[in-house]
Amino acid sequence: MTATDISPRAQTTDYAIELRGISKAFGPVQANKDISIQVRRGTIHGIVGENGAGKSTLMSILYGFYRADAGEILINGQATEIPDSQSAIRAGIGMVFQHFKLVENFSVLENVILGAEAGGMLRPSLSRARGLLKDLAREFELNVDPDAKVEDLSVGHQQRVEILKALYREADILILDEPTGVLTPSEADHLFRILRGLKDQGKTIILITHKLREIMDVTDDVSVMRRGEMVATRPTAQTSPTELAELMVGRKVLLRVEKPPARPGKIVLQVDNLRVVDSQGVERLRGISLNVRAGEILGIAGVAGNGQSELLEVLAGLRDAEGQAQLRGEDLPLAGPGAGAISRRRQGVAHVPEDRHRRGLVLRFMAWENMALGYHHDAAYNAGPLRMNNAAIMRDTEAKMQHFDVRPPDPLLQAEGFSGGNQQKLVLAREMERNPEILLVGQPTRGVDIGAIEFIHQQLIRLRDQGSAILLVSVELDEILALSDRIAVMFDGRIMGERQSDQTNAQELGLLMAGMT
Amino acid sequence: MDWVMVVQILGSTLRLATPLLFACLAGLISERAGVFDIGLEGKMLAAAFMAAAIAYATGNVWLGVASAIVASVGISLLHGVAAITFRGNQLISGVAINFLAAGLTVVVAQNWFSQGGRTPSLSGGGRMARIDLPFADAVRDVPVLGPIYSGILSGHALLVYVAFLCVPLTWFMLFRTRFGLRLRAVGENPAAVDTAGISVVGLRYGAVAIGGVLCGLAGAYLSTGLAAGFVQEMTAGRGFIALAAMIFAKWRPWHAMGAVLLFGFLEAVANRFQSIEILGVSLPVQAMQALPYILTVVILAGFVGKAIPPRAVGTPYVKEH
Repeated sequence: MTATDISPRAQTTDYAIELRGISKAFGPVQANKDISIQVRRGTIHGIVGENGAGKSTLMSILYGFYRADAGEILINGQATEIPDSQSAIRAGIGMVFQHFKLVENFSVLENVILGAEAGGMLRPSLSRARGLLKDLAREFELNVDPDAKVEDLSVGHQQRVEILKALYREADILILDEPTGVLTPSEADHLFRILRGLKDQGKTIILITHKLREIMDVTDDVSVMRRGEMVATRPTAQTSPTELAELMVGRKVLLRVEKPPARPGKIVLQVDNLRVVDSQGVERLRGISLNVRAGEILGIAGVAGNGQSELLEVLAGLRDAEGQAQLRGEDLPLAGPGAGAISRRRQGVAHVPEDRHRRGLVLRFMAWENMALGYHHDAAYNAGPLRMNNAAIMRDTEAKMQHFDVRPPDPLLQAEGFSGGNQQKLVLAREMERNPEILLVGQPTRGVDIGAIEFIHQQLIRLRDQGSAILLVSVELDEILALSDRIAVMFDGRIMGERQSDQTNAQELGLLMAGMT
Repeated sequence: MDWVMVVQILGSTLRLATPLLFACLAGLISERAGVFDIGLEGKMLAAAFMAAAIAYATGNVWLGVASAIVASVGISLLHGVAAITFRGNQLISGVAINFLAAGLTVVVAQNWFSQGGRTPSLSGGGRMARIDLPFADAVRDVPVLGPIYSGILSGHALLVYVAFLCVPLTWFMLFRTRFGLRLRAVGENPAAVDTAGISVVGLRYGAVAIGGVLCGLAGAYLSTGLAAGFVQEMTAGRGFIALAAMIFAKWRPWHAMGAVLLFGFLEAVANRFQSIEILGVSLPVQAMQALPYILTVVILAGFVGKAIPPRAVGTPYVKEH
């Protein structure tokens, strides 16, 4: 059964989806509070909000992952119960998750038919799907090789498979959760062309994102969520990024970082011809050369997985590499003894890892214990050869938490008890407060709310102006553009090009990120 | 070495490979669906005991086979409850099953039969009859093909043929049916199955139950076909050899058949010769008997190339978005 079966009633309303008074609590946390929203049929409707605002919970309710505690869902004007994903699919709802739900070593066809097979035997289902896919590809620029294995496809193509899955199930309403997070700018443009094409065919699209630029580009209406509540819905033409950002945060925010011109000093870090081969025998870095000067931020742009992580790991002493590196003119060993993280720290290389949960913090440790990680040899932290000076660490932690506005400022709280933004501030406080020679920082604002982003960006600029060198890796091109003085673009383990940040733009960098020069 | 002996060894290979093949396919189906099945050994053992006990009590081997399947599926479901429903550690649950079966079979056997933890010897209708394939006698004297057909292929118990028939059946099920597609998907990425609106739990229970049936057949054949009664620890590590064969076969049915035939052959050779001379060095019988186990260790240590298991195997599915 698809939405067309209920079309007689559907004509009584212009709304493809209407939510009335949806509430959902997880224990004491109210994830969705009395949410009502109307999505016009045949439009692209954006939903913005910070992390933890309740967007994903709301969409999970719509897709039958969770059941709402209260409230009503109307699909095409008809009250609909969605107790599970099967019901959502039957109601014509398709979902493209942020992390794709694909079986990697299955072919595209097998992924598309999974759960929507035509019968007990596979062969008829596969040939039926092959025909349909051909039609969809022609109609919506959704070209994917039906026999390719998903793991061999680029991320952009994998996303197309997800969209094809939804369309194969005859979805009329398509929900996309942060769809551009992993795409190059040109892939994102292609995605938006696809979405506009789908809209022209009468499909309704809900786009969840935190990128205000995308909202402005592609949506017809936009709704803003904050702390579990729906705070506003606007026609996109009648709003602005500034207004949306204010609605998201609940106060005025600076979208642009105030940045005085850099005054670069001596070269702090110089690397030549870095090469890394991983355990699978794949070459991850293919001859990286770059330098970072005191008092400047070198931004490394690129789509995730092009060697940026490996570069950070090598420089932080977490991975061996071939090549040469010099820190303040002295040789920096890249393999063997003397190349470990602890010696790097002693030499003044601080590191804010990309993944704070895996490498930045021990989540079960309290804030003060986390604050000593990596610096536990500091004389100030030790009371004797066998005993740590806990009181000193505690005092130090309190000071740093205050300095970095960590909330709540409680050194006894476990790291996992802080919000994403405050966890990140803990890591930044630990690494930045010692005024390192060079700060390596990966994805400083991933999963961090707008208010904290503003603060973190200001702190990075402050450290730069105090004369530290900063190497910034981020997959958010806007962040790279806002913070960096120079920008190097990585693609497939190489640096495709280097630009002064005031002499380039997103388009030029986007081409470099896609490997085009 | 004469041809009669070769024919005998190869015939014996088929019989010895049979319980391994059932168990190997059981493990393969379970792990393809994402559930470790280290309890193959225990399930086989329990099934072997039940088959022998009921066959002895009723004098009907097929009632024995049926109760073996019931016992083995029951244990499988216990594993399912621990590993799937309660998301426990699948290895620990499997180990527990092995211990449980090892102890319980002996205790119950002693209680029922008072013969030191074994069942009385089976005879007549309590054992599996050998089946002569059609025209086995007629073609016996045809050169080459005669001995192969009459000597090696013919004259085994029904379950031997069932086991080898299970190979194409498993392959067909896994790669040509909707159920197989979903089963493989749930072992690779259960989230994909869940979001497609299919029950992850249901699929995994299904796979584990099929594994239970196959282990039941493996155990029943051990005690009523290969031997004539149950004795303590009679599986002798076959469940683990089957696991090694499964890894060797990289979770593929036809390759699994090849792997268990290799193990069966080694065991057949070890049974046939008290010692064997290779290049003038005489290997003692113990070394021969240890061969399948040594091969197991070699395989599990990864000396036979990289075996990539189903990606979600061993991980309980927790819904997240």
